[in-house]
Amino acid sequence: MMGQTGGRPAPERKDDTVALPLKLEKTHKTPGVTLAGETLALDLSGGVWLPEHRTLVVSDLHLEKGSAFAARSGQFLPPYDTRETLACLHEAVARLDPARVVCLGDSFHDAQGPSRLDVADRALIAALQDGRDWIWISGNHDRAVQDGIGGRFADTLTIGGLTLRHEPLAKPEPGEVAGHFHPVGKVAMRGRAVRRRCFVLDATRLVMPAFGSLTGGLNVRDKAFDELFPGGFTAHLIGDGRVFAISRTMLTRD
Amino acid sequence: MPKKSSHRPSPSDPAALPDAFAGWFAARGWVPRPHQLALLSAARAGRSALLVAPTGAGKTLAGFLPTLVELAGEEGKGGLHTLYISPLKALAVDIARNLEAPVAEIGLEQRIRIETRTGDTPSHKRSRQVARPPHILLTTPEQLALLVAHREAAALFRGLKRVVLDELHALVTSKRGDLLSLGLARLHRLAPGLATTGLSATVREPDALRRYLVPQVPAPALADLITVQGGARADLHMLETGRTLPLAGHTAWQSMPAVYDLIRRHKLVLVFVNTRLQAEYTFQELWNLNDDGLPIALHHGSLDATQRRRVEAAMAAGVLRAVVCTATLDLGIDWGDVDLVINIGAPKGASRIMQRIGRANHRMDEPSKAYLVPANRFEMLECRAALDAVEEAAQDTPDPRIGALDVLAQHVLGMACAGPFSDDNLYDEVRAASPYADLTRDDFLLVLDYVATGGYALRAYERFAKILRGPDGLWRVRDARTAQQYRMNVGTIIESTTVKVRLARRNRTKPGSVLPAGGRVLGEIEEDFAETLTVGDTFLFAGEILRFEGLHEDEALVTRGPPGTDPAIPSYAGSKFPLSTFLAARVRALIADPFEWDRLPAQVAEYLVQQRRRSVLPGPRDLLVETFPRANRHYLACFPFEGRLAHQTLGMLLTRRLERAGMRPLGFAANDYGLAVFGTRDLSERIGREPGFLDALFAQDMLGDDLEEWLDESAMIKRTFRQCAVIAGLIERRHPGQRKTGRQVTISTDLIYDVLRKHQPGHLLLRAARQDAATGLLDVARLGMMLARIQGRIIHKALDRVSPLAVNVMLEIGRERVYGEGADEILAEAEAALLGEALA
Repeated sequence: MMGQTGGRPAPERKDDTVALPLKLEKTHKTPGVTLAGETLALDLSGGVWLPEHRTLVVSDLHLEKGSAFAARSGQFLPPYDTRETLACLHEAVARLDPARVVCLGDSFHDAQGPSRLDVADRALIAALQDGRDWIWISGNHDRAVQDGIGGRFADTLTIGGLTLRHEPLAKPEPGEVAGHFHPVGKVAMRGRAVRRRCFVLDATRLVMPAFGSLTGGLNVRDKAFDELFPGGFTAHLIGDGRVFAISRTMLTRD
Repeated sequence: MPKKSSHRPSPSDPAALPDAFAGWFAARGWVPRPHQLALLSAARAGRSALLVAPTGAGKTLAGFLPTLVELAGEEGKGGLHTLYISPLKALAVDIARNLEAPVAEIGLEQRIRIETRTGDTPSHKRSRQVARPPHILLTTPEQLALLVAHREAAALFRGLKRVVLDELHALVTSKRGDLLSLGLARLHRLAPGLATTGLSATVREPDALRRYLVPQVPAPALADLITVQGGARADLHMLETGRTLPLAGHTAWQSMPAVYDLIRRHKLVLVFVNTRLQAEYTFQELWNLNDDGLPIALHHGSLDATQRRRVEAAMAAGVLRAVVCTATLDLGIDWGDVDLVINIGAPKGASRIMQRIGRANHRMDEPSKAYLVPANRFEMLECRAALDAVEEAAQDTPDPRIGALDVLAQHVLGMACAGPFSDDNLYDEVRAASPYADLTRDDFLLVLDYVATGGYALRAYERFAKILRGPDGLWRVRDARTAQQYRMNVGTIIESTTVKVRLARRNRTKPGSVLPAGGRVLGEIEEDFAETLTVGDTFLFAGEILRFEGLHEDEALVTRGPPGTDPAIPSYAGSKFPLSTFLAARVRALIADPFEWDRLPAQVAEYLVQQRRRSVLPGPRDLLVETFPRANRHYLACFPFEGRLAHQTLGMLLTRRLERAGMRPLGFAANDYGLAVFGTRDLSERIGREPGFLDALFAQDMLGDDLEEWLDESAMIKRTFRQCAVIAGLIERRHPGQRKTGRQVTISTDLIYDVLRKHQPGHLLLRAARQDAATGLLDVARLGMMLARIQGRIIHKALDRVSPLAVNVMLEIGRERVYGEGADEILAEAEAALLGEALA
């Protein structure tokens, strides 16, 4: 349960500058799934793309997690997590050109996160928001963040048949899209194990993977997922080149 | 240094004993040994010295004699006089106990206060030890690190005269040795008249230890060397059972009846094995044979400490006949009168095996008696090589270390906790420690910057800095909390995360279920292993077959398995220690020289004859590469004899290169002797068609880009990085018993590694991890030497089937797990099929 290796497919980067990649030629196969009558594309970046609403949903960015640790505990994690996360987000935004971006809670690791943002990172967020509707859904880590970072703030959001909130309700709710649990799935075959972030889905709800670069993961074989998906689920593991749908029986514990 | 005293002998004889001491020796019918007097003489001259002596030479008494003589001559002086450092806290406690007798008999018990300080010492006693120190303090490297980081360190150590470092050969080979060297450097600065005494078993290069003992600044220096020759030659044999040994496997089940018979015919036998799982297996096998009901016990690092203490006490009390043990009993304490040592499995190194043999009969002038028990035919070769090495008293202790940067980072924070320092002074002090003698100033400043703010190019953490440079140019620790954090994280031993194994009580009211509390703790198992268990699984632990009943909080609940249960032994790791370079060279030489074969058991000689007939036997410097088809796959087997770690690294690199050459490799398997790569394309054909293909495949440039690329993504470097990150204080150590409270509490070092590698590939901790990998887990250094050795010396044989030599490594393929007692039978079956094919 504690091993938090979450393999994150690194975006192509050839140099060490802060310049962001714009690799549009790469084909991103995005399997379409249907939830509450809406079409959802599970994106290789870890986001969900709602083509009919031109909306990109990303969850659990945990921006400024590194500096939160430095401030609180004296553990100096690499201060590159925010930039890395924003670079991935920029890649998805540049590729999909959404009219609306929804950050599904725990966008900042703590309430003081926005105040610790580096000037360049702050500018990057502003650039991403430019010309788009940007909604910060509040999560358990960042409930106190309510302004000063652009965009609109909300607890839940309804888009078509979908309800977007940070933490899934205990009872199954049709059309719910949530985050919070940082799901990862592990497949072990022929002596090799692959552990990846994943989307967890049944006929009624979707739990999204964490988008942040320093966010750990909870194995989907944890009982928390049994409670959320009493009838079983399919995990869509994020591979290097595409997203793979894998049945629960093929997934192992950590 | 020498004090004025009535006991003071005439200056013309610096080695003369004071009357009280001479009388004590005489009363016991003893004569002081020359090396004991030589150390006394060195001490009186204020010189540091290394004493190299075999077991049973009276090293400990020699080490303490100068201190006792000096203290006997001092009237009522207080203060810490001598510090004794041992790698094991149990050894420190034991030595303290052993010192009490001579001190009392010489009549010094009123004058000399002797105390121990370990992780178990209560905090009130620790504070008292700083305020009112004993004359002699016996402790461990970790406790020394805490003491020199104490704010009262300067006062505590000002009058220190001597440091005695026991089992120095064992201490210096690890990061603990790096940490200790830095602590010593600080002691030399605090107590300028300090002399050190190193006590060591025989080593290959005593000069490395002599350097370790004395400051290397302002100039390189060596401590005096006192060598005690020889001792009686060991009475050492390979156990011959007359049974045919398998070609692979490490359990030695064929030899168990003979081992049991030896136990019956001796008073107290130490049965050494290389891994904990082998220990469990061996213990179980012996217990099954134990018709006489002999008291046989089990001792290894995963067992609960109180249980281990019980076994040790029983040994000392003479109520045990045999103890099956791992490296936990390699060092230190004499637990009773051991009259035979049995080493099961491959010896792996000449010095290691000599150390183990020395555990029998701790008297120097009598021979130690020992048997080597090979578990397979290759191990017979290795045992033969080890016997020869012991005969010649040849040593293969490792090379001296280059001080690790993560350890230095920990130490720098500790020094800031002790008091303000200037970077010039600390740099000079650190270079006085021999592992850090070549540290550049740039690297030192990088470490300083790392400690202060994490060493990131993006200067994000300046305002959280852990150490700050004041207007006076001195560095100080930020606050009490940072100092507390340092103390909580000190040390270089990173335990793998474990869970306790607790015996659960069956729930009477609800059959089939257990009550979570109440039973006793049997020991600890790795968390990774615990999480692979499902309810109802059985496994061997603490000499019993246990049934897993579930995880409760942080404990694995178990019940005793019903009789006749077949236990599942998890992930059998084979041998923990890689074959030493030295023994490997001897094994290669044995194989290459048919005139040597009559010294080998007939079954091994016969096997080598078969190999020569079917393929070829390589010369001692050659690399034999065989290619052959088998069951729709094509294999490439080679035999560098460089140890499992180097072979795994080689396997990864060869696979990458074969992939690039379009040969579609599917996987590989490696052991201590060789490796086999397999794939779907015909390797024999390609090698035959393309001259130079093999030379290019094994070219030294594989240690360039290929290694870099693979290294950066391998799981091994991530594990190494985690250790560096904990030692250097990037992330906090998880303490035993500390509760996990949620998935956000710990931070994955794998993710940190990925982010860091991408944004700052030259970061200090990445460098530290790569340096570790080069010598440790990946053994890149050794692989490099091998590749250089075999240039132009590759012998290729295209065969139509597997050769006798290749069978051994082929049997590693697909061997993820070995199951219980049935396992070796299954293996033997697989082996018989393979072997039949090879010899047909």
